[in-house]
Amino acid sequence: MAYTAKFKVWRGDAESGGLHDFDVEVNEGEVVLDIIHRLQATQAPDLAVRWNCKAGKCGSCSAEINGRPRLLCMTRMSTFTEDEVVTVTPMRTFPVIRDLVTDVSFNYTKAREIPSFTPPKDLQPGEYRMQQVDVERSQEFRKCIECFLCQNTCHVVRDHEENKEAFAGPRYLMRIAELEMHPLDTADRVRPAQDEHGLGFCNITKCCTEVCPEHIKITDNALIPMKERVADRKYDPIVWLGNKLFRR
Amino acid sequence: MKSGVGAPTRARIPDKTLRTDRWWLPPLLTNLGLAAFVVYATIRSFWGSAYWVPEHGYLTPFYSPCLSESCLPGSSHFGTPLPELPGWIPLGFLALPFLLGFRLTCYYYRKAYYRSVWQSPTACAVAEPHDRYTGETRFPLIIQNAHRYFFYVAFLISIINTYDAILALTHGLGLGGIILLVNVTLLWAYTLSCHSCRHIAGGRLKHFSKHPVRYRLWTLISKLNVRHMQLAWTTLATLVITDLYVMLVASGVISDLRIIS
Repeated sequence: MAYTAKFKVWRGDAESGGLHDFDVEVNEGEVVLDIIHRLQATQAPDLAVRWNCKAGKCGSCSAEINGRPRLLCMTRMSTFTEDEVVTVTPMRTFPVIRDLVTDVSFNYTKAREIPSFTPPKDLQPGEYRMQQVDVERSQEFRKCIECFLCQNTCHVVRDHEENKEAFAGPRYLMRIAELEMHPLDTADRVRPAQDEHGLGFCNITKCCTEVCPEHIKITDNALIPMKERVADRKYDPIVWLGNKLFRR
Repeated sequence: MKSGVGAPTRARIPDKTLRTDRWWLPPLLTNLGLAAFVVYATIRSFWGSAYWVPEHGYLTPFYSPCLSESCLPGSSHFGTPLPELPGWIPLGFLALPFLLGFRLTCYYYRKAYYRSVWQSPTACAVAEPHDRYTGETRFPLIIQNAHRYFFYVAFLISIINTYDAILALTHGLGLGGIILLVNVTLLWAYTLSCHSCRHIAGGRLKHFSKHPVRYRLWTLISKLNVRHMQLAWTTLATLVITDLYVMLVASGVISDLRIIS
């Protein structure tokens, strides 16, 4: 059944902006992105929103709905009551460009800082052989659609702009874990994870895991295992001694 | 708010959060739960009596191992190598700091108290009240990296708790024995589901295929590990229940329900 919903949508740019009220039609089966598109079609033709696949796979339509980092296309209107005001804002960790569109280039900068996959020097493409059991841990992290909701919700950068330089964020620490756990990767990922990418900033409060639309267990399967590997390398004298004695 | 979500380049939204759900409830409940346990455990640790039921062999885990000459006769399962202790030192002083350290540095409890006690952050997408944040990069929080050492000791203490429970069963079967057994089983589940244990068992391996036994172990611990939070809370509850039961029986308030004498 169609009904009229009350929406508050943030509109503005880096200089100024605020929440604007809209009454807009909602039909059965619709998601928040449908409503934003209806607003564009009927009341706010210049409303800026980034979107692409409308299937939760491109990671473009990340925003905050009633204060919670979500994908606009994966948030069903049926999760709200008909008299509930739905507030839609851009992600609050990144610089705003206009309306619901933010500048996410912070993430691309962090991505470039991580050395790419480094196979053994004597192995050519086409010669890679590995057991499924050895790669499946890394494969979980390959589900990432780079929506940057985890980066957006992580309080290390969300609440502390000054940490952006030193902290790569959960998405890229997970990328480091993915490479570190890859059976054919030979690069040293552990020490740089702590010293250059700021793993120590993470206090494992699991917000990245909570907001991940792909349900990747970022904290349990990537960040904590990396913290443990860092502890092996930097903070555990017994492991250090064992490695020296047995040349592991 | 001049920094964080109030930084100049970000969307100008004055509210520290726009969440409409009861985001404040889980940290509040966590604070209440942790505070209740800390108060109970502190009182009982310093109580100094009603921790041993000689006729049934029940020893509360808060006083195990009891290794000083101050311990009641029979409660020292491993002898009394230590002299009599002044009253202000808990009789379980050898194990308690490590058990406390194990839980304080536990990855789940860290999440719990960082959110609820330190409010860093109180809830996801809720601006935290602190001006600066350095996480676990420096002293004192860098000590969290020693979690594995507390795990090693907690593992040994779990063996001692198991011995205590089995010893109680040699006196026949009563409700107290069952409570001790359930408690120690859950303590094992909590201890083995630890993230450091998961890492030690096989998490640090690059090639699971070359270590099938450790991979199997890692797989089993991973299954337990997803319930680490539930086990963390359940074991707090069972520790209190176990201690309370032993205390009530030892002080004669209730008598043990005997199944097999």
